[in-house]
Parts: sequence; C-alpha cells; structure tokens
Amino acid sequence: MQVREWALKWELHSQRKKIKRRLAAGAPVTEKGLWVMKHIAIGILGAAALGFMASAASAGTLDTVKQKGFLQCGVSTGLAGFSAPDDKGDWKGIDADFCRAVAAAVFGDASKVKFTPLSAKERFTALQSGEIDILSRNTTWTSNRDSALGLDFVGVTYYDGQGFMINAKKLPGVNSALQLSGAAVCVQSGTTTELNLADYFKKNKMEYNPVVFEKLEEVNAAYDAGRCDAYTTDQSGLYGIRLTLSSPADHVVLPEIISKEPLGPAVRQGDDQWAHIARWTYFALLNAEEAGVTQANVEEMKTSTDPNIQRLLGTEPDGKYGADLGLSNDWVVNIVKAVGNYGEMFERNVGSGSPLKIARGINALWTKGGLQYGPPIR
Amino acid sequence: MASQEILRGEPSRGSFINDPRIRSLFFQTLVVILLFSSIWWIVHNVIENLQRLHIASGFGFLKSRAGFDISDTPITYTSDSTYFRALVVGLLNTIIIAVAGIVLATVVGFLIGIGRLSQNWLIRKICTVYVEVFRNIPPLLVIFFWYSGVLAVLPPPRESIHLPFGSFLNQRGFYLPRVVWGDGSWLIGVALLLAIAMAWFVAHRARQRQLATGQQFPVFWTSVALIIGLPVLAFLLGGMPLTFDFPKQSTFNLTGGFWIKPEFLSLLLALSFYTAAFIAEIVRAGIRGVSKGQTEAAAALGLRSGPILRLVVIPQAMRIVIPPLTSQYLNLTKNSSLAIAIGYPDLTATAGTVLNQTGQAVEGVFIMMIAYLVLSLVTSFVMNIVNARMALVER
Amino acid sequence: MQEHDMSWVRTEMALAQPAPPTERGAYAWVRKNLIGSVGDTILTVLGIAIVVWVLPQIVNWAFINAVWTGPDRTVCTTASQGGIQPDGWTGACWAFVNAKFGQFMFGTYPVEERWRPILVAILFVALLVPMLIPRVPRKGLNALLLFVALPIVAFFLLVGGVFGLPHVETPRWGGLLVTLSLSFVGIAVSLPMGIVLALGRRSKMPIIKWLCVVFIETVRGIPLITVLFFASVMLPLFLPEGVSFDKYLRALIGVSLFAAAYMAEVIRGGLQAIPKGQYEGADSLGLGYWQKMGLIVLPQALKLVIPGIVNTFIGMLKDTSLVLIISMFDLLGVVKQNFADPNWATPQTPKSGLIFAAFVFWLLCFGMSRYSMYTERRLDTGYKR
Repeated sequence: MQVREWALKWELHSQRKKIKRRLAAGAPVTEKGLWVMKHIAIGILGAAALGFMASAASAGTLDTVKQKGFLQCGVSTGLAGFSAPDDKGDWKGIDADFCRAVAAAVFGDASKVKFTPLSAKERFTALQSGEIDILSRNTTWTSNRDSALGLDFVGVTYYDGQGFMINAKKLPGVNSALQLSGAAVCVQSGTTTELNLADYFKKNKMEYNPVVFEKLEEVNAAYDAGRCDAYTTDQSGLYGIRLTLSSPADHVVLPEIISKEPLGPAVRQGDDQWAHIARWTYFALLNAEEAGVTQANVEEMKTSTDPNIQRLLGTEPDGKYGADLGLSNDWVVNIVKAVGNYGEMFERNVGSGSPLKIARGINALWTKGGLQYGPPIR
Repeated sequence: MASQEILRGEPSRGSFINDPRIRSLFFQTLVVILLFSSIWWIVHNVIENLQRLHIASGFGFLKSRAGFDISDTPITYTSDSTYFRALVVGLLNTIIIAVAGIVLATVVGFLIGIGRLSQNWLIRKICTVYVEVFRNIPPLLVIFFWYSGVLAVLPPPRESIHLPFGSFLNQRGFYLPRVVWGDGSWLIGVALLLAIAMAWFVAHRARQRQLATGQQFPVFWTSVALIIGLPVLAFLLGGMPLTFDFPKQSTFNLTGGFWIKPEFLSLLLALSFYTAAFIAEIVRAGIRGVSKGQTEAAAALGLRSGPILRLVVIPQAMRIVIPPLTSQYLNLTKNSSLAIAIGYPDLTATAGTVLNQTGQAVEGVFIMMIAYLVLSLVTSFVMNIVNARMALVER
Repeated sequence: MQEHDMSWVRTEMALAQPAPPTERGAYAWVRKNLIGSVGDTILTVLGIAIVVWVLPQIVNWAFINAVWTGPDRTVCTTASQGGIQPDGWTGACWAFVNAKFGQFMFGTYPVEERWRPILVAILFVALLVPMLIPRVPRKGLNALLLFVALPIVAFFLLVGGVFGLPHVETPRWGGLLVTLSLSFVGIAVSLPMGIVLALGRRSKMPIIKWLCVVFIETVRGIPLITVLFFASVMLPLFLPEGVSFDKYLRALIGVSLFAAAYMAEVIRGGLQAIPKGQYEGADSLGLGYWQKMGLIVLPQALKLVIPGIVNTFIGMLKDTSLVLIISMFDLLGVVKQNFADPNWATPQTPKSGLIFAAFVFWLLCFGMSRYSMYTERRLDTGYKR
C-alpha cells in the first residue's frame, strides 16, 4: 500500500517532467520566455536595489556625505545664472557654485558634488526625503517654508524681488506695471511668484489673466510666442530669461519690484551641524570678499599677518574654527580656491562677467551699501 | 517530512497540509498579514517622516485661502477663495474638457472609421494615413504640437482675424459673442422643453401607427420643426429678450464676449484627434464584424443603403463597438491630465499647485486619485447602461 | 429513326470575350474607386483638394526649404530675425536636430562614455533581430541572452562604477536612452507582475481575488501622471528616514505598476480564452496549481495575447514621454529642453524638434504594431480548424 503510493507519486513526478519536456519542445519561446522574464525581473530589481538605492544613516548629514564621498545638491532644471547645465552637462551658476563651495569645505575638493535637477514641485520632498543633502535652487525664504515644510534656510545668497517683463515693441506705451490692467500674465505655478502676482493685482484693483505653466521652459516658450503680454518672476530670472528669447532687445523689465524674494540654500530641519556648515560656507564667502581674499591671491594671503585673515584662512596658530565645525582648518582656503569669494561668484555668474550683466545693487557687501553681511569668523 | 507522513499510511487527502480549504485559508491569512504589516509600516514611516520634518498633515488646509488665481473658472473663483474651491474648479475643468473631447472624438472617429471602409480609394487612403500617424505618437507630443501650432499660426490680439457674427480669433483664443438673457427669456426655455416633449410624443404615436397600419410618418422633420419653431415663436412673442455681448478691443486683449482660450482649444483638438484614431479603428472593426449576410438579407428585403446602414448594420455594430469605446472614453478622460503640460488648469494642474503651496503631498495625491477614480467609475457606469440597452436581447 | 440535327446546340465553348471597356483597365478602377456616384465624386474632389493643399506645403517645409546643417541659429532665421535666410522663408531646421543629435539620444551622458549606451544598443539589436525572425534557430539560448544576460551587462555598462568604468549617475541619462530603457525594463518587470495579478484575479481565494481586483481597477482608473506624482512625491515619504530611491528608479516603479495593471487585464483575456478542458485535463494529470498554470495554461494563454502585450508595450513607450512632467528628460523632454538654448532659438526650432521626436516615436511604435500583426497572422494558423 505504502509502496504503491510511493510508486504513484514517483510516476506522477516523472510524468510532470515528461510534460514539461514535451511542452518545452512544442512552445519553446513562450515557456522559456516566461521563466526567463521572471528571473530577469528578480535580477534587475536586485541589481537596481544595489545600484540605485542611496541609504543614508540617520546619524548626521555630514557623516553621511563624507561616507558616500560626494554632496548631492538639488538645483533647478535650468535657470541661466543660477543653475543651468552647459552643453557638456556641467552645471553653471551661483546656486551650483554654492554647492561646490560646500563640497570644497567638506572634502577640500569642489568636484565632489552631484547635481539633481528638480522642478518647483519636487524640490521640498527631495530634501525632506534625503534624496539631496542641500537644496540650492533659487528658493525664496518664507516663514511657512521654514516652519511647516521641514526646511532650514541657511542664508540669502541673492536678494531678489519680483518684477515684470514686457515686449516693448508690441506694447510701446507701457512703462509701469500699474498699466498692466487687463493683461495676460505668464507665470510659473507652485511658486511664491504666483501668489505675489495675485496679491499685487488685487491690491491695485486691476484685472489680469493668468497663464500658468508647470515648467520654466514652457513659460518662456509661451511668452516668446506671444501668448501673454507680460512675464513675471524674480527680476534676476527675468534678465536671464530675456537672453533666451528670440529677440532679447525688444523686451524690457519694468521698474516695479512687487515683492521681497530672498533666495537662498536650504537644508533639512533638525541637523544643526550640517546647517552650520552650509551657513558658514556662505558667511565665509562674504568674509573672504570683505577681507579681499580672492581666488587668485588666496595662496599668498595665507602668509598674511592680519589676524582677521589668519582666522579666516585657518593660519592663526592653534586656531581651530574649521575643526569646530567638523571641517578642516583650511576650509575657507578650499572654498575660495574652488569658486572664489562671493563677489567673484556673483560677477562670474550673473554680473559683469556673464551675459546677464546684473548690477550688484542690494547684493553688494554692507560696506558698499548693500545687504550682504557676514558675521565674523572668530 | 512529507515522505514520512505518507509512509505512516495516512491518506494523503486527509492530510492537514493538502486540504485545499485549509491551504487557501492559510495563504489568505498570510497575504492579509503581509498586507496589513506593510500598510502599517508605510503609515508608520509617513507619520514619523512628517513629524520629524514638521510637515503639517490633515485636510484642514482645504479651508484656508488659496491665494493664487486660475485662468479658466467655470464657477466664481478669486484668489480669496479656498483651496477646496480651487480643486472644485480644477475638477469642473477636467469634466468640461473630457465631455467636449469625448463628443468631438466620437464624431471625428466615426467619420474616419467609416471613411476607412469607403468605396472611395482616396478617402480610404487618407483615413488610413491619419489613423497610422496619430495612433503611433505619444499624446503629449500631439498636445505640444497643437499648442505650438495654434500659437504660431494665429495673429497677435491687435491683428485679430475677424470672423462672422462678431467673433474674433487670435493668439489669446477664440472670442464669440455671448448671449445675454433678458427678461422673459424663461419662455424660450419652457418652449424648448415643450417642443422636446411634443417631439417625443409624435415619435411614439408614429411608431404605434407604423406598427398598426404600416404607414410611415416623417418623424425627423416634424421634430426638427417643433424644436426649432416653438422656441423661435416664444422668442418673438416674448419681445425678443436676447441681446449679445460682443467682444471689444481693449488695451491688451479683447474683452467681453465668450472666450475660449488657446490652451483649451489645443488640448481639445489634440485629445480628440488622438483618441479619434483609436475610435476609428474600433468603428471599423465593429462594422466589419457585422456579417455580410445581414447586409445582403436587408438588401433582399428591398431596403435602400441608407436604411440598411441605419436599421441593420449600425445597431449590430454598436454591440461590438461600445465596450472598447468605453475604454477609449476613459483613456481620454485620463489623458486630459496632460493639460498640465500646456497650462490648462485641470484637476491635476490645480491639485499640483495646491500640493506645492501647502507642501502636503500625501493629501494632494490622495485627492487627485480619488477624483479620477470617481470620474472613471461614473463614465463606466453610464457606458454600462448604454451597453445594456444595446446588448442583444436573446429570445 | 432520323437522327436529330442538333446543330443549334454549339459543340464548342464560345471564346471568352474581354470585359467591356468600362469594366477594365485604369478607367474602370477610377470609376469604381473614385467616381462611383455623385457623392463619391464630391468626396474625391475634396480629398484631392486636401492632398494638393497639404502635401506640397509639407514637402516644401520638410525637404525643399529645409536647412540640414549649420553651426547655430543664423542658418534657420530670416534676415529680419538676424539670420541668413531671405525674409518670408519657412522651412524645417534639421540643423538643430543635427547639432543636438547626441543629446537627443543620450541626454547629458558624458561624451567620452557614450560608447557604452551605443554598445548596449548594438548588443540589443544583435540579439533582438534573430529573436524576431521566426526561422532563426536556438530561440531558447537567444531569449536567455536577450532577457537575462543583456539586462545585467547593460546595467553594469550604463551605470558603471565597476571594472574601471566611471559611475554615471541617472540624472545624466536622457533622451532616447531613458525612453527605451524605461519602457524595456518596465515591460520586463510588469509582465511577471501582470501574470501574478491576472492569476490572482481569477483565483478562488476571495481575499486574494479582491486585492487584485482593487489594485487593477484603481490603477486603471487613474492617469499615469498621478501615478508618477505618487512615485515622485509620495514614495519618498513611505520609506523610513534616510532611505531614498533614485528618481529614475521611482519613475520606473511608477511606470511598472501602471503597466502591470494593464498587462494583467490583457493576460486575463488570454486566460479566459483557454477552454475549460485544458484546466481539467491538467487537474486530472495531478498537476499542482503552479504546474498547471506554468506548464499548461500560461504557455497557451500568453501565446494568444502576444499582440495585446505588444500593444501594451507600444502604449508604455508612448507613455514614458510623461516622465518629463516629473522633470526627467526622455526623448521628448530633451527635445523640449533644447528649445530654450539661445544658440538655437528660432521660430522653426520647436516645430522641427517636435516632428523629429514624433518621427522617432512613430517609427518605433509603427514597427512594433506591424510586427505584432505579423505574429498574430503567423500564430493564428495553429488555431484554425
């Protein structure tokens, strides 16, 4: 009885094998394809998990960044002067350079940074989720973003304000934003700009017709095609965008500034050490400019006897301002060597050394009547 | 060990492990446990993440002021309205584009589908080229193409194209005169309702008469006369209470009148032309699915080609056509979410803005999903009713 | 008895006369196909009018007036816009496509590393072509190489970071590389998922059945954009602190989940088409559930739904263009991104770029749909009785 059952089982088993073989001969592609598909899926998922998953220990952002060997920096999808890829895919602009400065401070090597282009919508989640270590993407510092979105702004790398641009050739009589009643206005969605625009027209009891797009390139294209009369965004952005239009000379930026737009980098809330590093990188850039330390003269400045410069460049005997931050003592030297001081960064990317030709204005140092003021390193 | 159990001589059917009911219970419990633990894990993570990052949660934000403006507002909406109202505006815009798109796509699709079966070689080829081109490119590309095409072809507002009846066409859209209803216009509405009721009654009686005596009655023309004639009569009697608001040139744009924006126009054209290619194929398959014997039998009964198509072929073809047509309607509704790419404020676009202004991603995506699910369910429900009425009644 | 004279009956067949002139030759064809009736004639005239109106414009724009090469925007702009073309000129700016071709194919993949995706593409084509031609032998080995070996090789080649290959992070991928890799990997992942879901939906266990139904119907009821939003903004919040996915992987998860639901319905159609006798036959042989499905039912069902799977794949290839909405740059995304390049911003650039992208998509999708029709016809013969 038992033996018979055994035999039966065995026979079934061999029969299955036979069926399998027969089927394999009859429909080789599909059956094998199926088996194969199943296995690739597993293989790919496994490999992908190894290759793509970035795991950050909850320790501290600095340790994580050091451990993985590079800084992951969130930038815009392309805004000339702030963060835009060139033909070779290298990111250029103030925001991109700020990330390089942080990388230089942490690693002594400005090339140890990787950029993630983010839309306005994704930028906060990307930072919250740890996909990026720092968000340097012309983002306006507001109370709500500081408090409710889990961000921590480290400073204002560019003081900006929202303005309007119009096509002066098509609208010859318009020279003030207050004449824009009834106009169609192009604006990017999900930005503070969109809210300021609504407030401004409401306050001045004017009508307008919003033409809203998700992406900067789409707003640019629509404005260039004549879909709207006016384009509104941060003034610095307007200058950058004007260059990409088909006939830049026809367009003028109107004088009104309708809002405060302090643009700056942000880090995740709750990691003070990391916030300090980002914040003091920014202050170091300002202090370097104030002390006259530039990319060209930083090496000879190391021999300076000015205690202020010594403290800044870490050459002061037994000074350990860098080490206190969790960095090396020559961190400022590395920063300035990589990207120059704040003034150099500004002029190269948006100022006279760039096609944008934006004047320093309120972004000048406090000593020159501007708002950029770096607390002392000591 | 399975082999030992068998050696012990237990009947395999009675084995605890081999009982299909127990197995099924075991697997289902396992799945439920796995499911709930992973849901618990996700919810736990979300709550922890939100707390750690100090992100607000809950649906309280729906009642706060939106602060942004929307370009197309079927209901009153200003930047002072709530987020909830902004979402409703988005939902209404989605419904408008979906309904308009479905109507246009059906008309174009049926024309092209019938054209592909035409006797006429040239028409057949043109329709084939249309179908093969549109079926094989992404809808998003079609939308971009229409949008940049529409913007590139049309003139700026100061050089608007003047069309008959005081309408204008320019880069900012299509301006039509708007009907302003005056006092006494309710009479027209009543007349229209009355006319529809009478037309239905006439049709009913005519059918009864045809069944009883075989005599036919020109129902179609009578109905047309009723539906047009009665409201016109009421309009004249009511002292012509209608006025028109014509669009006028102002500093920047035209003002007044009824305004269709280029975003809506290009989205509508793109969606319906894209979907029409699929509908055309469905219609073609449907008509070819009606066997030739049906047509020949109808011809043998002495019906002419018009009635053959109307009374014999189309009712049978519809049975094949409706189920895939439903899924095309659903696709069109879902594809309308591509509006976000050209700035038409549909549900996805407004919900996206709300999500971004409030930072509450979980709630935003949740609202989006639920809204689309409900829309899909409603469309399927309506089409199922139509399908049930069309289905073959087996005797 | 006098023999009847049957001379009035012909003894030989009459010679076949040629059809009357109205029923043969070009004239008859025209009469039958173009001017059969008054309505037909009107339609023909209309059709000719459309063709005569549209075709010369297209040919002129795309070929005769088109600019094929050039260093920057001046070749594609008219004199009044600051270019070299005469005023009033319109024509395709293929020079733009030409100049940006590398980006359209690979995005910002480092130039010196582009041999890697090219090598993958060559391997892919070399393995795919014999797979598609029914007469070529060794399908099994071929499938093994194409579906197992190639993805692994491709993964290491494209991502790098091993064997001395520099690591290329996914934000630098772009163009056709992203379009094809997303849809190919997506289909490879969604097919097994779809099979499991379809089996689940037909399962006799109520809980599993309803879970599958809810998943399938929910995903089919919402647009892909919502799924991609879900993957790009919500997924990061689902994971514990510090763990995060690459954006490319998130898009891949979104696309695969979406395709799996559609795939499940296609496969369910195939499962339902298998006669009950096949299931019962398998049961009577004593096969277990997975053996029954894997050896008897699925091979037949999958064969039946190959056209449906290809159609899902075509849909997926088209749908990958939506990833541009979550700022990833597939072919369409890269093309659109380059409209903003001040060196190439001309009124003709967007049209030319979009038509190029449309042509590439069309070529891929049309090719696949033709192949699917061919397979359908070939496989059909086996089921004719």
